[in-house]
Amino acid sequence: MRQIISILLENESGALSRVVGLFSQRGYNIENITAAPTEDNTISRITILTKGDGTIVERITKQLHKLVNVIKVSSHEENSVDIVGREILFVKVKAIGHTQREEIKTLCDIFGAKIVDITQDQYILQFVESSLEVDRFLKAVGEQAEVVETVRSGVCGIFRGEHSLHT
Amino acid sequence: MTMMSGAQMLVRTLEDLGVDTLFGYPGGAVLDIYDALLASKKIKHILGRHEQGVAHAADGYARATGKVGVCLVTSGPGSTNTVTSIATAYMDSIPMVVITGQVGTPLIGSDAFQEVDTVGITRPIVKHSYLCQNALDIPKYIRQAFYLAATGRPGPVVVDVPKDCVRPSQKFEYPEMTDKVRMRSYNPTRLGHRGQVKRAAKLIAEANHPVLLIGGGAQLSGASVEIKNIVERFNLPVTETLMGLGVFPENDRHFLGMLGMHGTYEANQTMDKSDLVLAVGCRFDDRVTNNLNKFCPAAKIVHIDIDPASISKTVNADIPIVGDAKTVLEQFIEVFDEAGYKENVEALKAWWGQINKWRESNCLKYEKNKDLIEPQEIIEAVYEATQGKAIVATDVGQHQMFTALYYRFDEPRHFLTSGGLGTMGYGFPAALGAKIGCPDKEVVLFTGDGSFQMNIQELSTALEFNIPIKIFILDNCTLGMVRQWQKMFYNGNISSTNLNFNPDFVAVAKAYGHEAFRVEKRSELMDTVKKALSMKDRLVIVDIACNTDAKVLPMQQMGGSMSDMFLNEE
Repeated sequence: MRQIISILLENESGALSRVVGLFSQRGYNIENITAAPTEDNTISRITILTKGDGTIVERITKQLHKLVNVIKVSSHEENSVDIVGREILFVKVKAIGHTQREEIKTLCDIFGAKIVDITQDQYILQFVESSLEVDRFLKAVGEQAEVVETVRSGVCGIFRGEHSLHT
Repeated sequence: MTMMSGAQMLVRTLEDLGVDTLFGYPGGAVLDIYDALLASKKIKHILGRHEQGVAHAADGYARATGKVGVCLVTSGPGSTNTVTSIATAYMDSIPMVVITGQVGTPLIGSDAFQEVDTVGITRPIVKHSYLCQNALDIPKYIRQAFYLAATGRPGPVVVDVPKDCVRPSQKFEYPEMTDKVRMRSYNPTRLGHRGQVKRAAKLIAEANHPVLLIGGGAQLSGASVEIKNIVERFNLPVTETLMGLGVFPENDRHFLGMLGMHGTYEANQTMDKSDLVLAVGCRFDDRVTNNLNKFCPAAKIVHIDIDPASISKTVNADIPIVGDAKTVLEQFIEVFDEAGYKENVEALKAWWGQINKWRESNCLKYEKNKDLIEPQEIIEAVYEATQGKAIVATDVGQHQMFTALYYRFDEPRHFLTSGGLGTMGYGFPAALGAKIGCPDKEVVLFTGDGSFQMNIQELSTALEFNIPIKIFILDNCTLGMVRQWQKMFYNGNISSTNLNFNPDFVAVAKAYGHEAFRVEKRSELMDTVKKALSMKDRLVIVDIACNTDAKVLPMQQMGGSMSDMFLNEE
């Protein structure tokens, strides 16, 4: 089961490396990670997608709490209804000829993706959705056209309703 | 308003924090700090002979005194040489502040002379670390480092100080120490959850086969008084981990001995058959539990620890209580008083009857070779001659286990040993640090001929600063513990464990300016031990030839339960 772990921590040099180091030291896996300062510039927020059952994730969160720079930690299952998780995907595809260009455009309309750059024979597509949906979109694109290059941001997650992660 | 350079602020900050002893080794990056140090009347600098020894000495000082141990080393090799010592302190949760020099900030990352990424290298083995960016970071970070090292689950903290931050030409206004250090991201829990304490208290009072398991956390927290109170109140059997030895007096009738791989038969049997384990400040290390799947099958586990990550990490806790050992046990005592819980007399009578039967195995009995001195005899002789009152440091291996089993510690902070990391070479510098911290105590080192050679250079430190400890080398011309495993589990194949090219330790000691004796006959043992101990103002080495084939027993059978043990060589 994949889990989304959200971390608030001091925005200090070395803080991110401590978090990442902890995963490798303890043999935990990072599927993807995003990090940026919050509205308060002295605090960063990291979102990590990791694999592991409840026990493993409990261990990870305890170890994360132990890091001196870490202020708050919270974890959710990836497809939990309590969290909105999104990733941004850019995919550069070959788009040659009217038919293929139209097909790709239709695909984008179905998924709600955007074409953000056009050349003679290429499109860059932008897609923002949950990680699983991004996987599906990427698969569909691959079936339609030749993929030149992709880049994904890693997941960014926020809790629904009253629950929030703040100091 | 006092204007100071970064180096002066560093020294002043240490003084303000009450540091009286600084273990160190100079070098290029810390020249300015050493220069500023000359002006200090409050801090005594102990010059070691190798940075590993320097930092182990700070660790030994911390363990014996309960204060934060402080050391200062230069950049590059100075800092990498402390890595083993930092890891040793980290594994045993010892409060230590390690100040390392660093190349100037403009040079960081340029592969400059004596540059290493100290913060990066030490990241997995520190509680926290700092890289100063400017002079004013120095007082701030050092104060935080002391606070972090000593509170919560203690541990080593590194403060890396680039050379340009301590430049004498640049002066700054020294920020006086005012309030306590506050960090919004760091608030260790001291007080236990009251509901959990109540539930656990009830379990203890109702248990038929309870056992109290004490770890290093109780040592660090200073929980001896509370533990004695609870033991007597409920007539509880007590066992201790290697790190917990001395917290509860070992000569008390409730004490069963150490538990675990080389624990006593009665301690491991009691654990195995218990229905309630009250674990205080231990982390259920693999050397304690043996096979986790067979660990204490009938027991409910109440686990008190200040580190939530240590709870249910290996052994699942039925009642987890996060908090400081002493504080939580005080809470327990309150609850016991309020609820009027008393000893479960009938059940405990039967339980003790059973335990006393296990005790009859007399598992620490050993046979004496006709000619050769047994290692156990040496520990017993020193125990007798010191009346069990010495602070005892050890290195790692057979002599360490023999010390744990045969020197009966009645007081906390008297047994200094590398439990978690198992660092050979730890004992000697740690003993020096302990003696500096506790000059009125007898300090004794048990070491082996292998271990002692891993930090033997500190003999020079001991001479310079006149640190009169007593060193007993259990000299069996082999790496005894590894040999024991080769004998028991590798068909007796001896691979690279013979130490037939040892130096003449007596001659080495004398070359370093110390007194030393060699003992080969049983008849000479006690007299020589006493003679060494009587030389109050000298460091004395007693090199004792002992039986190479002695084995540390009893021993748990690998993969078995707590109580599956080899009691003798058959």
